[in-house]
Amino acid sequence: MSAASWAVEKRPTLVKVGRWVGWIGIIAVGLYLPQAFPPFRVGQFNTIMAYGLAALGLALLTGFNGQISIGHGAFFGIGAYTTVIIVGDHPEFPWLATTAVGALLAFAVGIVVGLPALRIRGLYLGVVTLALALLFRQALEKYSDLTGGSQGRGVPRGQKFSAPDWTGLANDQWRYYVIFVIVVGCLVLSRNIVKSRMGRAAVAIRDNETAAEVLGVNVARTKVLMFGVSAMLAGIGGSLLVIGSPIPRVSANSFTIVLSITFLVALVVGGATSILGPIIGAAFVVLLPEVVPHEQQVLTPVILGAVLIALMLVAPDGVVGLSRRSASWAWRMLARAADTGPDTGLETGDSSKEQLQLDSRES
Amino acid sequence: MELFLQRLIDGLAVGAIYASLALGLVIIYRSSGLINFAQGEMAMFTTYLAWMLVDNGLSVWLATSAAMVFGFVLGVLVERLLIAQFSGPKESPLAIVIVTIGLFLFFNGLAPWIWGTEGKSFPNLFGTGSVDLGGVTIKVQTLGIVGVLLAEVVLFYLMFQHTKLGLSLRAVASNRESSRLVGLRVGSILAVGWGIAAMVGALSGTFVASRIDLTQNLMQVVLIYAFAAATLGGFDSPVGAVVGGIIIGVVEQMAQYVDLFDGFTLLPVFLLILVVLLVRPQGLFGRAEVSRV
Repeated sequence: MSAASWAVEKRPTLVKVGRWVGWIGIIAVGLYLPQAFPPFRVGQFNTIMAYGLAALGLALLTGFNGQISIGHGAFFGIGAYTTVIIVGDHPEFPWLATTAVGALLAFAVGIVVGLPALRIRGLYLGVVTLALALLFRQALEKYSDLTGGSQGRGVPRGQKFSAPDWTGLANDQWRYYVIFVIVVGCLVLSRNIVKSRMGRAAVAIRDNETAAEVLGVNVARTKVLMFGVSAMLAGIGGSLLVIGSPIPRVSANSFTIVLSITFLVALVVGGATSILGPIIGAAFVVLLPEVVPHEQQVLTPVILGAVLIALMLVAPDGVVGLSRRSASWAWRMLARAADTGPDTGLETGDSSKEQLQLDSRES
Repeated sequence: MELFLQRLIDGLAVGAIYASLALGLVIIYRSSGLINFAQGEMAMFTTYLAWMLVDNGLSVWLATSAAMVFGFVLGVLVERLLIAQFSGPKESPLAIVIVTIGLFLFFNGLAPWIWGTEGKSFPNLFGTGSVDLGGVTIKVQTLGIVGVLLAEVVLFYLMFQHTKLGLSLRAVASNRESSRLVGLRVGSILAVGWGIAAMVGALSGTFVASRIDLTQNLMQVVLIYAFAAATLGGFDSPVGAVVGGIIIGVVEQMAQYVDLFDGFTLLPVFLLILVVLLVRPQGLFGRAEVSRV
């Protein structure tokens, strides 16, 4: 028996092992990063993880449930403002408890905004969420006593999320590790949701809503709940953005419609039907301004928009989809080398089944 | 009472602008079942082009007409080059939504790159005169905008009901496959639909720019009002878009007198969208239009 045919035969096991090794590798690298980079970079990693959570929320919503939101910037903002306002007014309140409050608030607003899904299908959710994104901005200006409006609002001087003495870590490292643990927790939670009864129901609704309903899926409840969970993840992300920043400060100017669309770009770059893809996409959108020349920064949104359109044309399943496709191509080559012929029913790994693209629905 | 009438008339004026943009949304929705989220940003972009022409000494009327031509070309190009690529039977409307959102960001970023972030002022098509009617002042501009909207509606009616182009647009909206089978060039017809939509969008863009500063964010809030107008009237009903636009305009003007809504004009509109979608998702005129086709 050749190595190739052994590999083909053992493919399911190998894929599983590979996946575990991959996850452990990612976590190891993630734990090592703040030791290797200066505080400025570590702050950027925090931003990536915060944005990544918002994009992860979109993945659950769009990639796994076929709904759309052009307003996740608002949920992100709810989380961020909750933390700044509570910590600013009540310094004794633990920072991470504000994350929980922000998450709940975002969840509740998400449920309300997702309600039209009870009655209608299709594109209207885009309309409602786009309106929400702009409404949120107006609300920030209107209640500027509370939010600071365009001037912005910070927390009292000297107050930040800092490392306890026993850790021996620098503040930036401590913030990173706390956020890292929460983000990994959210990734695991999302993975479990996707694999759960609710996640399968969500995917069934995405692929064929009528069929799902006929099969006994409670379509309305699943869609609204998915929207709530998605909004909650964005809310956690927003709160973590504040916690992870050396100078916690929010301003109405950062919560424009462009932010919401940026999350969508992150989603599509990473891959809408994956759990890790959104984090990769978030890294792309956060780091992109670094490669754009300083005097041309105004071009960044133009590039983001162009990337979004181009990806939808050539690779709607994003980076993760590309790697899945190349992996399954590699397996086919291996199978051919093993002379078992291609596509011998060994495609039992998740790769083929999960290669679900945004365009896999009937119009 | 006079104040009320004054507000009502102001509401009519802004409502006519929203109705104009909403008409564009409805044309696209009817012909292809899609919502163009970049409709407002495309209008903003063509308005900048019109501003450039005015800045170079062209008359406002000519510049606005040119902007409408630009708009038409832009709409056709967007449909042909991008949207048509997603027209396969297995494609989801979701993919096209994301593409139009990409366009939104693209144009929103391109405008300040070309023209800078400083607000421009766009001259008024109808001058600054006003008519006094028993204590109620009506700006000539208001009359002009409402007049243009009425002309638009009549032209659309004539086009849809009495021209071959209108007939083919309705045919494609009704059944794309059958239209193809009887020899209609579906692709070109859809492109023309997008072109017309962007053309009326361009017109509403210049109207908005004559009221507020022309910046990259010119049309964002207006687009939401137009969405609200189309949702209220029914996304597939041109009549609904007009009636919805007027209602939204009046609601917006009146709402400013409620403390809660002062400076928070999107809240009543947002609530209205939510309620319409929950109670009567097809809108006021939606159903009648569906049965007509």
